[in-house]
Amino acid sequence: MKALLLAAWNYRYFILSSIRNDFKAQFARSKFGGLWMIINPLMQVLIYALILSNILAAKLPGITDKYGYAIYLMAGLLAWNLFSEIITRCLNLFIANGNMMKKMQFPRITLPLIVLGSCLFNNLLLFISMMAVFLLLGHHFSIVMLWVIPLSFIVAMLAMGVGLILGVMNVFMRDIGQVVPIVLQMLFWFTPIVYMVNIIPKSYRHLLELNPMYALISSYQQLLLYNVIPPIERIIIVAGIAMLFVIMSLFLFRRASAEMVDVL
Amino acid sequence: MSVLSVQNVGKAFRSYGSEWQRFARWFGLPVKPNEEHWVLRNVSFEIQQGEAIGIIGQNGAGKSTLLKMITGTSQPSEGQVRVNGKIAAILELGMGFNPDLTGRENAYHGLGLMGYNHAEVEQVMSKLEAFADIGDYFDQPVRVYSSGMQMRVAFAVVTARRPEVLIVDEVLAVGDMYFQHKCMAKIREFQREGTSLLLVSHDPGAVRSLCDRAVMLESGSVIKVGAATEVMDYYQAFIVKEEYDLNIPESKGIDVNQKSNLSKKDKKILISEDVLKSVKISLLDEHDRIVDHLVTGMLLNVKVDVEFNQAVEDPHIGFGIRNRFGDTIYETNTFCLQHNLGLMPPDKVLSVFFSFRCDIGHGDYQFVLGITNKGFDTGSFEEVIFYDQNITPLRIIPTYKDYWAGYFNLRPTVTWSLNENNR
Repeated sequence: MKALLLAAWNYRYFILSSIRNDFKAQFARSKFGGLWMIINPLMQVLIYALILSNILAAKLPGITDKYGYAIYLMAGLLAWNLFSEIITRCLNLFIANGNMMKKMQFPRITLPLIVLGSCLFNNLLLFISMMAVFLLLGHHFSIVMLWVIPLSFIVAMLAMGVGLILGVMNVFMRDIGQVVPIVLQMLFWFTPIVYMVNIIPKSYRHLLELNPMYALISSYQQLLLYNVIPPIERIIIVAGIAMLFVIMSLFLFRRASAEMVDVL
Repeated sequence: MSVLSVQNVGKAFRSYGSEWQRFARWFGLPVKPNEEHWVLRNVSFEIQQGEAIGIIGQNGAGKSTLLKMITGTSQPSEGQVRVNGKIAAILELGMGFNPDLTGRENAYHGLGLMGYNHAEVEQVMSKLEAFADIGDYFDQPVRVYSSGMQMRVAFAVVTARRPEVLIVDEVLAVGDMYFQHKCMAKIREFQREGTSLLLVSHDPGAVRSLCDRAVMLESGSVIKVGAATEVMDYYQAFIVKEEYDLNIPESKGIDVNQKSNLSKKDKKILISEDVLKSVKISLLDEHDRIVDHLVTGMLLNVKVDVEFNQAVEDPHIGFGIRNRFGDTIYETNTFCLQHNLGLMPPDKVLSVFFSFRCDIGHGDYQFVLGITNKGFDTGSFEEVIFYDQNITPLRIIPTYKDYWAGYFNLRPTVTWSLNENNR
């Protein structure tokens, strides 16, 4: 494990330049450049907000603001986008880089770290643009919102752990690459992002606790909509689960890396 | 001191009844693989500092698998590979270049991939740019590059710093002549400074001229290690054998040439003993004297005497001349020269003369002799009866009357004129 981290540290310049190149290449020939990254989720928010706000806005407790639902939605999507982007990219990470892994000798651990860095940066841009929208909607800021930083890291860790496990397994069983997007889609609708928890019948609500993303997403929503500090104990538990996934994924990754090149 | 040592290396691809069994094995459960497919086994060799070694073998012999284990992208299933120092591989030039980034950005990225840190990159960048020598294009996106320019940058990246072991694949066969020369000069410079070279190729000429030693792989195992020329001779005989399915005799007494020693020749010759009774080659000068040296430009008579055990339908005799690098200087046969010798009865001696003015540069040469049956196309034959790559040597001595240098004497005529300057 120590060797793994040391290798990553030695290749830190490579990781940073890869993240930078990721962005440069992505928008190299488009006029709007990085704006496209923001336009996409904002359109998503706009569609949901326009269609669902009249039905759901009334159910939002304690908020009279007519834009409350849009903010609620954006808060949830901010967390979800980070989660699903990391998982989706980790899923095909080794397959997409298979050719390079077969030809060049470099620490493979850099690959997921590049994904992590570039997804976190993407998310930061999204966060900033959402803040700009909040400002337009007349929403109040507070210093409490800085809690979004540790929350993002926990989401990223959880996604990283799960994504890396799936990514390694996907090299050997390609069906996983097909199943995961479907499961992610389902998970999206099983998490209160578009709707509120209170529309779920009370008898089923405890099932939500099985979804680690629920605690994180609702913390985002509490934080950004009501400026309320999320419940620390729940966050710590989820962070522990995320840590567990990360450790498991690194273990799996280390065991698998010798065989991965052979089947790619 | 050996910079690279490959000890008993083997590679097996394992398949499992279910991939879950593979996963279970990572967690320490004792699961046996369903099937083990060994693509490489018991490969051992060492490379000393400054040495050039060639790895040769046909497609599927295991060359790339071995290379992957040497560079470290793939792990051996048994044995070990030990490397003292840095390895650089010119395997896939331009590998991982992003077409939307500039040459400079890609160079940064590529060096990072090779483990350079920021300071080291800064240190080599200007030299790298000078070596790539593509001018302003260096700061333009790679997508506007010609493939040659891309190669230049890629080669410059790989050779930015002198590695202890440089692995060169066939790639050097592409790119323009100027670039190839530049690459070769760089490789030689590294070699002089102590870099060991590992050349992987199925081009015998490259291995002969660049390498001291060679390793021949066939179906996943080493079948010959030794001096490059020796291994290459064997390899080339092996290829012919594969094509015509002949046996390579170990050392059988056959009257080839009074000077040749069959046992010393090892496995370089091919003989179809049922067909061929005896063969003899003689080099004669213009006075019909047997010679082993000749002044360049003099007349040479190559006389080949052949006796068959059985009637041969459409025999053809061919000879070739190789220089000391093993490059074929000239090669022809009776079929290509459009002479049909016709049906040859057994127990008669066939003598064929090839007479020519020996206009080749001074140096040591080897004669190659081939006897075949039934020609078709542009010099292909249905059957090879005899093939020897080193049948007899010939030394060409320079003449100091009209001295010239190079491979061939082109015998130019010279005219000149003196004109008024009309400008």
